[in-house]
Amino acid sequence: MRLIKGLLAGVTAVAVLATPVWAENMIRWGGKRDIYSLDPYSYGDSYTIAFLNHVYEGLVRYNDKLEIEPALATEWEVVSDAVWRFKLREGVKFHDGAEFTADDVLASLRRVSHETSPLRGNLPAYKSATKIDDHTVEIELTGPYPLLLNDLTNIHIFDEGWLTANNSELPTDVSAQVEGFATFNTNGTGPFRLESRVPDSKTVLLKNDGWWDTPLHNLDRIEFTPVTSAATRVAALLSGEIDFTEEAPVQDVARLSAAPGVTVLERTDLRTLMVGFNRRDQLADGRDNPFNDLRVRQAFELAIDKDLLQKRVMRGKSRNAGTVVSPEIPGYDAALDEFPAADAARANALLAEAGHEGLPFTLICTTDAYVSEEDICNAMVSMLTRAGFKPTLDIGPTAVQTPKRSSGKADVYLIAWANEPMLDSYSILVQMMQSKTGTAGVFNWGGWSYPELDTLIVQASTEMDRDKRLALQTQALKMVKDDMIMLPLHQQPIAWAMSDKVESVVQLADNKVRHWMTRMK
Amino acid sequence: MTDPATQPQVNLPADAILPSDGPDGRIARWRKSDLWYSFTRNPSAILGTLVLLLLVLAAFAAPLYVPQNPYDPGQLDLLNAEIPPIWHSDGMWPFLLGTDTQGRDMLSAILYGSRISIVIGFASVALSLAIGLMFGLFAGYFGGFTDTVLMRLGDILLSIPTILVAILVSAVARQALPANLREIGAAGVLVLAITLAAWVQYARTVRAQTAVERKREYIATARLLKVPARRVMFHHILPNTLTPVFVAATLNFGMAILTEATLSFLGIGMPPSQPSLGTLIRLGNDFLFSGIWWVVVFPVIQLSLLVVSVNLVGDWLRDALNPKLR
Amino acid sequence: MLVFILRRLFNAAFVMLAVAFLAFAIFRVAGDPVEMMANEQMTQADRDALRERMGLNDPMLVQYGRFVANAASGDFGMSWRNGQEVLGLIGERFPATMELVLVATFLSLAIGLPLGVLTAIGRGRWYAEALQLVSIIGVSLPSFVVGILLILVFSVTLGIAPAFGRGEVVDWGWWSTGFLTHSGRAALLLPSIALALYQITLVMRLVRAEMLEVMRSDFVKFARARGVPRHRIWFLHALRNCLMPVITMTAMNVGSLIAFALITETVFQWPGMGLLFIQAVTFLDFPVMSAYLVIISFIFVALNTAVDIAYAVIDPRLRETK
Repeated sequence: MRLIKGLLAGVTAVAVLATPVWAENMIRWGGKRDIYSLDPYSYGDSYTIAFLNHVYEGLVRYNDKLEIEPALATEWEVVSDAVWRFKLREGVKFHDGAEFTADDVLASLRRVSHETSPLRGNLPAYKSATKIDDHTVEIELTGPYPLLLNDLTNIHIFDEGWLTANNSELPTDVSAQVEGFATFNTNGTGPFRLESRVPDSKTVLLKNDGWWDTPLHNLDRIEFTPVTSAATRVAALLSGEIDFTEEAPVQDVARLSAAPGVTVLERTDLRTLMVGFNRRDQLADGRDNPFNDLRVRQAFELAIDKDLLQKRVMRGKSRNAGTVVSPEIPGYDAALDEFPAADAARANALLAEAGHEGLPFTLICTTDAYVSEEDICNAMVSMLTRAGFKPTLDIGPTAVQTPKRSSGKADVYLIAWANEPMLDSYSILVQMMQSKTGTAGVFNWGGWSYPELDTLIVQASTEMDRDKRLALQTQALKMVKDDMIMLPLHQQPIAWAMSDKVESVVQLADNKVRHWMTRMK
Repeated sequence: MTDPATQPQVNLPADAILPSDGPDGRIARWRKSDLWYSFTRNPSAILGTLVLLLLVLAAFAAPLYVPQNPYDPGQLDLLNAEIPPIWHSDGMWPFLLGTDTQGRDMLSAILYGSRISIVIGFASVALSLAIGLMFGLFAGYFGGFTDTVLMRLGDILLSIPTILVAILVSAVARQALPANLREIGAAGVLVLAITLAAWVQYARTVRAQTAVERKREYIATARLLKVPARRVMFHHILPNTLTPVFVAATLNFGMAILTEATLSFLGIGMPPSQPSLGTLIRLGNDFLFSGIWWVVVFPVIQLSLLVVSVNLVGDWLRDALNPKLR
Repeated sequence: MLVFILRRLFNAAFVMLAVAFLAFAIFRVAGDPVEMMANEQMTQADRDALRERMGLNDPMLVQYGRFVANAASGDFGMSWRNGQEVLGLIGERFPATMELVLVATFLSLAIGLPLGVLTAIGRGRWYAEALQLVSIIGVSLPSFVVGILLILVFSVTLGIAPAFGRGEVVDWGWWSTGFLTHSGRAALLLPSIALALYQITLVMRLVRAEMLEVMRSDFVKFARARGVPRHRIWFLHALRNCLMPVITMTAMNVGSLIAFALITETVFQWPGMGLLFIQAVTFLDFPVMSAYLVIISFIFVALNTAVDIAYAVIDPRLRETK
């Protein structure tokens, strides 16, 4: 009987639901998926890291114009070619009250550069760090390196005492079969602290009253709920169950913009979506690799009608790309940003000339990584089939597909690169284009090697004059284009949607949510 | 358990009760039967049969008349994407029910999709029937160790909910297939998954029936006459166990179609390159709010029609063949 | 009596061991755990060391024994996806699924019983036949379709019920409940209806069949002949006689409702065990998959065994037939 009453009460409660009474400012954030962990060093996933940036901070940070500004470090100088000295901010406290000192920086750098750390590639030039005094550290690099500050924006700082007390000095190692303390608990210096987290369900952050900086936001509470289904996310926003989402599906932007009380904020992302080819001598099934023939790759480009993809699948919201970096990225050259019009007949002819008519191969895509990816991949399969290829689509979640791509089993695959967090074309060159050696070429999944290109990239990495360095990088990008190492498709669109309870959010080209600048009405 | 004496055919060899093509032919006999009588008196059964026949015919003859082969990626063109149904002012010939986001004709897609659903449903029921009948007969006839082993195996499978068996088999088997076979093998994996989840029911029914029949006089006589066990089982016992199994099979055909649709909806069934009805609904679900309602509504209607008509027929068969309800 | 109970318990234990073997086999056959866990920079030597450390070089039987022993003590290892202990992950979500299943079960009885009685006593009338037809449509609609339709109508068009999630929950020891808050109860509404629909039609059809059978029985005919009023016959005699099978079926179906909830949970993003399982399936997170399999089967087998034993206690005749 009480249950019936409860149910009836539930029905009447629905009316109340539309206008929850909160004495405080709360934003209910419906994310496209859950973060993988609370430990920023346990997965090299930029969505997770961007979320954790609410709790943890780096030595420096990007401001609302994507310029680097002081955060936990107040000033810095280059002592010698390979040594940088950082002066740390005084009076900063972690959420548990511990004082922020040089030891914390050392412990964090040790942890992130440990050989089991998946984030090691984000700090490629790091060699060692030393403490000068309680609020000064020196970081030694492998050589002259111009982009250290950019890298440090996303190296979150832990409290040394907390790491030691909880036996978490090393990155969480899933294979060790022990739960990492930092996977469930946080202790940062950031504008918000963790209240609770239930994976896949809800993560609640509260305002950190003791934050060292003057908050631009007026939030007291952030409730982050992953809503993986695009349609449900839209429904939740329309019915007022969430206030904000950073991924409104492109197909629903029109409807959301027209809905009363909903605003959509759109722009194009720095992230460029592109096609990569296997370039080893043999494909995974033992065939001689046809993709080593430039004509086959050119036929591939002619087969893909980017304009049609842009118009139909992306609904006019993406920006077609001829080069692998977006215009905002230093090193970009408009002269490279051109591409031939699609021509299935010419593609077919080129393929025939190369002797690969009806070329069978597998295209590896994911269901959850990029905007409208499943639709893009299906459309590409149609286009390639009409141009004389014989593609098979292998599509699945990122976690399942990534091992196939990184182990070189993929014939052709999709990948997107935003040059995050470096915001410089050196990022894609060193991590994706250079031959796979050490920290370089981690995302060189096709296994190619161009010695001339490698030389250029290494040269750029030690060139301290910005203009000269960018010229070298542009030259490298030209080689990437001329030999079509990767085939760029487009910069994907960003669409954030929010209810009218949100007064303002700061949306930048890197598509990261920064609620420490969000204001509610 | 019904009293054996009420069943008139028990003392006759099974062959004798099967209709033969005499002067009094099959059709004439059929029209005099109780089954036919109850059929003509049951409008929902007639409706179900008609709709089912229509859907099956339409689905299997589809390649003859639909404008497009939705499984050939070369025939899909983004230029034709998201055209509304023909009665809409933006509708376009020949896309009667409009097209989806890939330029796939919806009519062709749901007909090919139903064909896949029907084939998978039929194949899995046939396969689980074959396995179930075989195991049930052997277990019921020989008893002892065979019986124990087979029935324990059944116990184990029955202790896992069927949907879970299907999901696990489908997920694991797909992973075991090499990438280039995964598309071709998808339908086979689904048949296997649904079969594994369903055969136990038939085996149990047949086993129980066989154990009862085995004690009958005509079987004892046949054994005395040294009729081989195989012949006794398949020619004498099997036909007498078929009625309840047949009813269960009809109802399970509907369940199999639903299971296939569910697996495809969850993303572990048919791939988007060969969409079944469940895959079409999964793909369309992302566009619920985008104003292109036809990409999800038509597959939903088709799937519901298909299963409802199968269940109408199954429901009638169950009541008509149940001696208690006559 | 005691022998019967012991035999049933032994049987259940055997089945659980076999299910555990299946779960173990999935874990081992479907993928190499080392390959799935190792990050790409890991050297062959590190991989071999990991293999040794995880005991993957031991004989299969030893590994199986260890798996069963660990599972019995609640240790299913760590999720590969988010590095958490599997039992804790499932435990966190158990209350969400159970509350959904309980409400759905309650709904199925509250709606299914009266409808079943109605279709039985009105057999042949238009409303009973219409309800029969509706019930066939009810069993024929896949539950994901029902869920989508409910969201479309009640949350998007009418805006009177939430489309996803559990709303606010209140922690009550380790149990988290949505019954105590308005938003929690509101969030239960649509998913429990979607989950209950199939069960409602099952209860309704069972009640109808049982009622029809009882009403043909001699004692009802006799009662009628004596002039007992019809509604007294229906509700006092006939309904009471068919309650037992209905309750039995409901109890035994709780297990399959828990399993079927995974579809509802996926559609409504309900943070229960089923959603966890489906995510584990798409990510090939085998420890979570095998743990879910073992736990669901355990609930299933425990319910069946309990029902069997309860029956034997109530009705001694059943003890004779094995």
